[in-house]
Order: sequence, then structure tokens, then C-alpha cells
Amino acid sequence: MSANHDGSNLLEVRGLTKIFGTLTACDHIDLNIARGEIHALLGENGAGKSTLVKMLFGSLEPNSGEIFWNGQAVRITSPGAAKKLGIGMVFQHFSLFEALTAAENIALSLDDGSPISSIAAKARALSYSYGLPLDPESLVGDLSVGERQRIEIIRCLLQTPQLIILDEPTSVLTPQEADKLFETLERLRSEGKSILYISHRLEEVKRICDRATVLRHGKVVGHCNPREETAASLARMMVGNEVQAVVRAPVEGIETAQPLLEIRGLSRKPATPFSIPLKNISLNVRAGEVIGIAGVAGNGQGEFFESVSGEVLQQDAASVRIRGKNAGSLTITGRRLLGAAFVPEERLGHGAAPRMKLSENLLLSRHATDGKAFVGTGGMVKSGAIYAASQRIIEAMDVRKSAPDPEAAALSGGNLQKFIVGRELDRRPSVMVVNQPTWGVDAGAAAHIRQALIELSRSGSAVLVISQDLDELFEISDAIAVMHNGELSKPMPIAEATFEKVGLLMGGAEPGHAEHTLETA
Amino acid sequence: MMRLELVKRPQRSPLFSALSPFIAFALTIIAGAIMFALLGVNPLTAFRIYFIEPISQVWQLHELAIKAAPLILIAVGLSVCYKANIWNIGAEGQFIFGAIFGSGIPVLFPQFEGPLVLPLMLLLGMVGGAAYAAIPALLKTRFNTNEILTSLMLVYVAQLFLDWLVRGPWRDPQGHGFPQTIQFGDSAVLPELMPDAGRANWGFVFALVAAVLIWILMSRMLKGFEVRVLGSSPRAGRFAGFRLSRMVFFAFLLSGALAGLAGISEVSGAIGQLQPVISPGYGFTAIIVAFLGRLNPLGIIAAGLVLALTYLGGEAVQSALGISDKVARVFQGMLLFFVLGCDTLIHYRIRLIGLALTKQEAAAKLDAAPKLKEAR
Repeated sequence: MSANHDGSNLLEVRGLTKIFGTLTACDHIDLNIARGEIHALLGENGAGKSTLVKMLFGSLEPNSGEIFWNGQAVRITSPGAAKKLGIGMVFQHFSLFEALTAAENIALSLDDGSPISSIAAKARALSYSYGLPLDPESLVGDLSVGERQRIEIIRCLLQTPQLIILDEPTSVLTPQEADKLFETLERLRSEGKSILYISHRLEEVKRICDRATVLRHGKVVGHCNPREETAASLARMMVGNEVQAVVRAPVEGIETAQPLLEIRGLSRKPATPFSIPLKNISLNVRAGEVIGIAGVAGNGQGEFFESVSGEVLQQDAASVRIRGKNAGSLTITGRRLLGAAFVPEERLGHGAAPRMKLSENLLLSRHATDGKAFVGTGGMVKSGAIYAASQRIIEAMDVRKSAPDPEAAALSGGNLQKFIVGRELDRRPSVMVVNQPTWGVDAGAAAHIRQALIELSRSGSAVLVISQDLDELFEISDAIAVMHNGELSKPMPIAEATFEKVGLLMGGAEPGHAEHTLETA
Repeated sequence: MMRLELVKRPQRSPLFSALSPFIAFALTIIAGAIMFALLGVNPLTAFRIYFIEPISQVWQLHELAIKAAPLILIAVGLSVCYKANIWNIGAEGQFIFGAIFGSGIPVLFPQFEGPLVLPLMLLLGMVGGAAYAAIPALLKTRFNTNEILTSLMLVYVAQLFLDWLVRGPWRDPQGHGFPQTIQFGDSAVLPELMPDAGRANWGFVFALVAAVLIWILMSRMLKGFEVRVLGSSPRAGRFAGFRLSRMVFFAFLLSGALAGLAGISEVSGAIGQLQPVISPGYGFTAIIVAFLGRLNPLGIIAAGLVLALTYLGGEAVQSALGISDKVARVFQGMLLFFVLGCDTLIHYRIRLIGLALTKQEAAAKLDAAPKLKEAR
């Protein structure tokens, strides 16, 4: 057992249940959090972690079950009530106003009417004492994602909570930033505060958490001490069975292979005051290889993807070349016709139209490239053909669904992503550009998607993967480049790449000095 | 303390989606009954005169078709706009400009006769409506103006322009100073379908054909898919390679052309000349028709007939009961209100914050009392 200072739990949850329609998102959940412990909540996407946490933070009302706070039964009816009890939360998606300063953002959430200057002073003192230096006067729009997370954490700490809930906090951090965060969490624990740490990254859970509660399909499948478990055994608890490891066969003769996607000196001015300009990006992706682009979210990956896909056109036609042809001034349709395929980060509303059937969503990206197969004379859609093709993809990618041809929004995130990736793979594209291929996708589906991308490259296509998940990039890439503040480093062959080197580049170290910094560190 | 909140429903009920126009119609009838009662008229008598008597004879059905034709023609065009999330509110102006363009031939070249005159007029009518609709489209794509405002304001420009035309340059010199153009020649008049039975003209056929064609376009063709994608998720539309600015022009030009066709059909068929007012607000009523028909061209045919009846009923209660024919506008307004209300409640449910809490607290107290619990 962990450090349980006075023998009684800070928070006890008994039989907490939440039902949405026919889905039981949380099914009689029991959870104990002791004082001064870091408690991990583990589970795949859709396991019920977010629902449970929302009930603890008062943004959802449970259908049944009880919550005890310091031994007292409580009803948490709103986030305000949760804060009053002493529960603070740092969300995965920040809620900050970019045009305001850090201090102003903090003041907005405190609503106790104290002047900005005193809040700023308090925030500054607190941030330095916890090793999370923050300038309260800086505009949020100018801050990195890691710094924005600090604002959220400081904002939470200013309310002196006893329990802090962190939802996937490291998903937006570089490895070095994550280390800093862990120091802060350990410091908080030593002060007797409790932390509920939600993550699916098993290594960090093993590293900092005292106890873990594992959820699967809305039920608690086990409590354990993560330090006594292996990553594999934790994964087995989460997923319910072994996840097949991704196999990456070595490539031979890649040096002489033809580049299918060439990016030469690509620059782009920021479209809005808070978007990232792209600065002179150059990259070749050759037939047969997977190149990964690492980087903390919001460093220009979205802008880069839009520029490569042709959703945004370039001034210089030669800045993007696909299969040896200038594509910079071609639209996304023109680039697809050259053999390229694209999978954007956002599934609903970008990669797929939520209220449309899967077969119609197939047509979305393939109406031009497969014009003869799917569109007849006079612009009539061949609904039989698109239905048959969508069923073929559903089968190939093992997409699980409740109806023969459901609306995209009716699928779970992982299954929709399998369909969207499968829709492009089905074309056998010679160039495939994917942004966040497995974001929010469960482990089984993620392995399936990664394997499919590797196989596509080995069959002679060029594959470019943009991802924030370093584990994923190390698993599938033949070389990794890092995007930071709109600039792209030279790709590092996977044999030479390490988490530390990539992490330093993600944090903005100059590419040439990466080795040097490591030595002095 | 208490607050109303609209909470999105996880699922839309297909049953209520289909029933919504009928529920809206029933609510309109109930509200209409209250209105008639307040006006001191027996609601049953009023409804008989309003809804049944105007369609009890064959010639009256022809009148219904005359009123329904422009409503359906305009509304199917608008349905394309609204599906694309483009808000053309100015069909009334496009209707007027279609009428003006098409009337140019019989007014300016009265000697020009023959079988070519009518097709040319209809074509010009569509060109006129489309050209007038191109203005808000251009403003939206170039300057990002709000098309609701620009298209609406252009209605008043069109109305005043028509007024000026028929009082000024196009006035019939032999018309004793009345503000109207010359009567169109025989070859410029849209023929009646069955002259022995009633006045209904080819305009109604145009409306039915347009509805069927637009239905095929929207449900079976790539272009219709493009409209629906760009309307429901513009970013996915851009990813598909569809261009929103082109869609703005497509939707405006198409709906403008259909409104223009409705305009020239009305002038050449039902009226026979240009006069200061050529429409009892068809362009605006067609918005209600489009929504009552659930933006489905086939549904719009039915909705067009219902709204046409509200015009006829308005005239009927005016002559029979001495009530202002403005009740027609009231009925149309209520219908739109209830349709939109039903649609909103299909997508959202209402939550009373504050009240809901006390209810739960009451339930908690109930739980505490074992007897009451058993009773539940």
C-alpha cells in the first residue's frame, strides 16, 4: 500500500454508475484515493475514464452510487461545488483565452474580485516555488503548449485543492517538460496532496504513481501497484488481451530510392495572429520509407499538413512536389490525382462529415480519383459501387459498427479512424500523409493502423506521419524529423534517434547542438 | 435563479423528424382557433371558410395551383441554398428581376411575335433572377459580407426599381396614366393548361418538373453531395476538394434562376403585364415552404400547396367574414414558428436549471421515506 498518512481515504467512490441511453459508461465504479498519493486511472479510450472524472468534478451527475469526501457523503452538483470541496482539475484541452495574459486568465476563473496585480504576484510566487516558472504578464497566444499547461496547473493550485485531477497531462509535453511536471507532482505529494492521474502511458504511470485503478468497458477490472507490474501486464489489464506488436521490416537500398514526396523551402505566413508560420521546410520522403514528424502540439503541424495536402495552396509551385511533378499550386484534388492521399488529425468534421453515411464519406475523398468507378454519366453517384467499396474497407480494416452503413458520428473514434485510414489505403496511394494516425484510438486499433502504414511503405509508397506520440513514431518510422515553432529539423535515421535527442529538438534545441547539449546535461 | 438551457440530444428521433411538419400544422390550427375566437368568430366556421371552401370546386383548385407554382419553384431553389448553409433571403427580389428581364421582350418589342417569344422570355427571366442573385454571392465571396442582409436589402431595391419602371420608362402610353406596362401580346402569354376547367397555367408544370429535377440533383448526384457536405461540415468539404466560394455562386445562381422563372411565369401567366406590385410576398413565403417541406423538394410540393391555401383562405375570410386578409400572414408566420420550434426540440431538449435540482432533492427526500418509496 502507499503512503496513507492518517489511515482514512480522502475520496471514496462506491458503485458510481452513469448511463447514457443504452450505454453504461460507468458501471458500479469503486475507487479509493488516499491522502498524499498519486493514483493512476488507466484505461483505453472509451473505458469510462472521462465520464468518471466528470462525475467527480461535478460536470456530470451519476445515475447511482455514492461519493465520500473525508468520510462524509457528498453530492457534487457542479464544478463550483467540486472546487469548494477542494477538488481541482487540469483538463487535457485547455480553456484559455489566447488574447489575454496568463494572470487575466487566472483571474477569470477565480472570480473573487481580487486585483490582477495581486493575482499575478501570487501566481508568480507559486509557479517558482513548484518549479514551473511562469510569467503572468505574458500573452497566452505567445506561449507554448507546455507553458499553457502550467497556467492551468497554477490556476488549479491557487484554489488550494486537496485533490488534483490531471487528464492526460503529458500528451502535450516534450519528455523533458514531462520530467519537470513529474518533479512538481512529487513535490505536491510530499505536501500531502492527492493526485488522480489519468493516462494511457504505462511507463510514466509505473514511474510516478503509487496505485492504479484500471477500467475496461466502464468497469473496474483491477486495482494494483503499478511499480510491481510490467508495462505488458498493465496493457493486458487495460485491453483484455495481448496487443500484437507492430513489425517493421528493415528497408534496403533506401538511399537510391526515388523521392515521391519532395518539400523544398516551404514557407507560409501565419493565417491568424495565433497560428504558426512555416519557415523554409525541406524534406524528401522516398519510396519504401516511413518518415515521422515529431513535435509538441501547436508547433505548426496543422499548418504544415494543410500546405502539403493542398487545402492551402503555395505561391511557389515547386515547394511541394509529388512523384516528381510540381504540386504547390494544385488543389487537394489535383494532388490526389497525382497519387497522394491524406488523413487529417480531426476525424469528425474534417476527415469525415459526421452526419453522413460511411459510404458517402468514402466518396468524400475519392470522388475525383475514382471518378469512373463511383460517379456515372452526368454526375450521378453510383450508390451501389460506393456501398460495395465501403464494405470492402470495413472488412479490410475490421471496422466495428452497429448498422450496415451507419453515420460517421455513430462510430467510436478508433473505428472511424480505421475507416478513414482504410479509405485512403484502399487506393494504394504512392504518397500517404497522415496527421495523428492513432490519436484517441485504442491499442488494438492503433497497432492495426500502424502495421498498415508500414506495409504500405514496404509496397513502394512514401509515407509521412505527423504525430505527438513518440512511442508511435519510434515504432513505425525509418527516420524522425522534429517540428518546432514552424521549423523542421533534418530527419534522423531511426538507428541514431533516441528519446532524449528527439525530446531536445522538440523543446527547441538547435538541431546542430543536440549532441552537445546532451553531453553537458 | 432559474435558467433555461437547450441541451443537444444524443440522437434525433426519426419518427418525430417525420412528424414535425404535421405537429407544427396542428399547433398552427390550435393557435389559429384561439386567434379566431379572440376576433369574435366561431373558429369552426372560420376554418371551414379558410381551409375547405377555397378548394371545394375545380376552378378553385386551379387557383390553388396558380398560387402554389411560384412558391414551389422558389422554395426548391432555396432548399439548395439552405442545405448548403447559404442564406438567400432575397428570393422576392430575384423574382421581381426575373419578371422585369423576361418582360423586356413584350414591353420593348411588342411587334416581335411567334413561338420563340415565350421560351426567350422564360430564359431571360431565369437570367435576370440569377444575375440579381449573383450580387449577394459576389459580395459574400469578395468581401465576406453577410448574405442574409445583402440579399434581403436587395429586395427593396428591386421593388422600388420595378415601381419606377412602370411609372416611368415602361409605362403604357395609352394606359390613362395608370402605373403599368402594356398588356403582353398573345405569344408572350403563358398558356393555360386546361382553359375549360380553370386558369392554371404551365407555371405549375414548371414547378413540378423543377422539384423533381432538384430532388434528383440533391439525392443522386455528386453536385448534391457537394452541397450537403459543404453545408453540414465545410472543413470536410474543403478536404474533399470542394470550394465554398464556388458553392456560394452555384446556390445563389440556381435559386435566383428558379425565382426568376417563377417571376416571369407569374407575370406572363397570371397577370399579363408588369405593375408596381406583382407578388404577395411569394419570395418570403417560399422560405416557410422550404422549411415546412423539410428542405426536401418533394416535401416542398406538398408544403407549397398548403401555403397557397393560406393565401386563398385569407381572401376567403376577408370577403365572407370581413376579417383582414392579413390573417394569411399570421397563419404563415405561425406555421414557420412552429416548424422551427419543432425542429429545435427534435435536436435539443430543454433543461430547467434550478428547478431540476429541487426535483432531485425532492426525490432524495422520497427515498428517505420508505412508505413513499414503496408507493413509487
